Amino acid sequence: MPLGNEMARSLTPTEHVTLNMGPQHPSTHGVLRLKLEMEGEVIVGCEPVIGYLHRGMEKIGESRTYPQFLPYTDRLDYLSSASNNVAYVQAVEKLLGLEVPDRAKYLRVVLLELNRIASHLVFVATFANDLAATTVFLYAIREREMIMDLFEMWAGARLTQSWVRIGGVAKDLPGGFAERAREFCRLLPKRLDEYDRLLTGNRIFRVRTEGVGILAPEMGVDYGCSGPTLRGSGVAFDVRRAEPYEVYERLDFEMVTHPTCDCMGRYRVRMEEMRQSVRIIEQCLAELPKGEVLAKVGRTVRPPAGEAYGRVESPRGEFGCFVVSDGGPQPIRVRLRAPSFFHLGVLPQMLQGWKIGDVVAILGSIDIVLGEVDR
Amino acid sequence: MSGGVYRPAMDWWQAHGLPVWILDAIWMAVMAAIVTVFVLLTVLILVWLERKISGDLQSRVGPNRVGGRFGLLQTAADALKLLMKEDLIPAGADRIVFVLAPFLVFVPTLVVFMTLPFSDKWVVKDLNLGVLFVIAISAIPVIGLIMAGWASNNKYAMLGAMRAAAQSLSYEIPLVLAMVCVVVMAGSLRIGDIVEAQRGGNWFVLRFPLQFAFILYFVTAMAEVNRVPFDLPEAESELVSGYHVEYSGMRFAFFFLAEFAHLFFVSAFCATLFLGAWDGPWLPPAVWFLVKSYAVVITIMWIRWTVPRLRIDQIMGFSWKLLVPVGLVVVLLTGLARV
Repeated sequence: MPLGNEMARSLTPTEHVTLNMGPQHPSTHGVLRLKLEMEGEVIVGCEPVIGYLHRGMEKIGESRTYPQFLPYTDRLDYLSSASNNVAYVQAVEKLLGLEVPDRAKYLRVVLLELNRIASHLVFVATFANDLAATTVFLYAIREREMIMDLFEMWAGARLTQSWVRIGGVAKDLPGGFAERAREFCRLLPKRLDEYDRLLTGNRIFRVRTEGVGILAPEMGVDYGCSGPTLRGSGVAFDVRRAEPYEVYERLDFEMVTHPTCDCMGRYRVRMEEMRQSVRIIEQCLAELPKGEVLAKVGRTVRPPAGEAYGRVESPRGEFGCFVVSDGGPQPIRVRLRAPSFFHLGVLPQMLQGWKIGDVVAILGSIDIVLGEVDR
Repeated sequence: MSGGVYRPAMDWWQAHGLPVWILDAIWMAVMAAIVTVFVLLTVLILVWLERKISGDLQSRVGPNRVGGRFGLLQTAADALKLLMKEDLIPAGADRIVFVLAPFLVFVPTLVVFMTLPFSDKWVVKDLNLGVLFVIAISAIPVIGLIMAGWASNNKYAMLGAMRAAAQSLSYEIPLVLAMVCVVVMAGSLRIGDIVEAQRGGNWFVLRFPLQFAFILYFVTAMAEVNRVPFDLPEAESELVSGYHVEYSGMRFAFFFLAEFAHLFFVSAFCATLFLGAWDGPWLPPAVWFLVKSYAVVITIMWIRWTVPRLRIDQIMGFSWKLLVPVGLVVVLLTGLARV
């Protein structure tokens, strides 16, 4: 802080202002409340208040049978419902010792990566909107709409598909899906180039994002950050590479990192990840083996007593699901690890000393979904 | 307008031995009515235009239901809705200041329209110190904004008002510097003289140092009307909508009206100072004037829907570190060019 401000402060002692940002605020991305301590426009303290969307998901998990709980998980990170499904299903499959058919694994990856693109498009849209570049918002939502149409074609639902099952996926691809998906994969990189021209190189966008909201790599690791938020600080950690699930070890894609630790770095990581996801989808569609898509699982799932942890790289970071079974038809404990929760934990550190206009930029850049934070 | 009708009417009036002030009062009322109606109509068109332009830029259709396929009556319908809204004043608000603020913003915005030269004859009042008058009156609305922010008893509104005051003060200086260049070039503060100096395609924007003054005026004008990238006082994603967050119904409509009226005014004034006002071949002067004004308006809208918003310190730095020094240099250059 410049010396002038220090002098001014010693001459005119002032009070801090407490500003409640949210839970009804256009830029808190859901029902988040930030209690901001401010000195004029400068943030000196921040306390995220969560729980406005609490539905008791973990407790619900204990009172439903294993297949019954699956659709609930869609409502956690609702922008990428497949990653929640897969994390949960992985844990159950580990308990059961179930082998998933190869084709189902590929289809899951297609579903996961389409979800990732859709979620990152929402990120680009809302991030730009927070910085008042409203036009980008509509462009990104337009592209996302194509993915939603693909989901509708495949699963019937657009947002909460619940298309993953214990032992595979519900149904095979409908005819014509692969062609439309390939067409989308051809189109998206061009549209991303368009966003780059409109937004990424924009001088105003750069001064608003470069060097803003620094998340030091060590601090990111200490606070349990993951996903693009951590990779934007140059830490090469991606569950798809660290502990490959489904068929990620057979696929050729790059783990994207960006060393700048700022909002721009996190934005860049997500933009590039969309291009990588397109590559993954194209590979999956090309290599798709023939065969069943759903393993034989009895009507009532009764895993043997034990515990298992399923983890996936959701668009937000490491999404984990810990399931404990006592041999009955219902889990006795379900624990969900939501990446956004940890990112909210480090947010007050990232906001220190920035202005209120930066709050929306920094909050937007960590891309939280309150559905998974509040559970 | 002032010359063609007023003089014969006054002669007739005095020939019948009637007091002069009565005719003057009637004259003023008529002129005020004409200006008000013009402004209201312009705002209706501008709001519709803004929605259509933003729709086109964002690959969507925009209003397309009320008033035919192009939604021509959408704004009128919205205005009607605002009229019928409940009149709300927040519990903790300072009532008098709260009620007064929208008018303090709206009226000065309306008053400056009387200086606009729609053609060589159509001007309500061509003042001796026209430019100075515009600068002075345009500075009043910011008081209304601060009043609105203060009286609302809302922290977001207060922050918006503080930003409005800071921004308005910072950008008025380069704005005035840009106008000074024009005044120096024309050698007069009278708007009629400024337009006269540009007749025959000899527009100020085409003369050497005034291109810079034009750019300076354009940028600062965008800041004065609080448009992205300078929409800090309203900043929807940060301050929800700044100083008018607690206003609803007709009171809100007055802020809205003032904002769009001001947008048109700075564009029309830009056309007057730099683009030769009504000067142009073939078409009637008034048409030229409107064409030029709308061209500036559309450019401002185009920018508004393309770029993101700056941050408060960046906005201040931009004005004080770049625009003010540049403005001083341009004034100097203009002076040298005049010598």
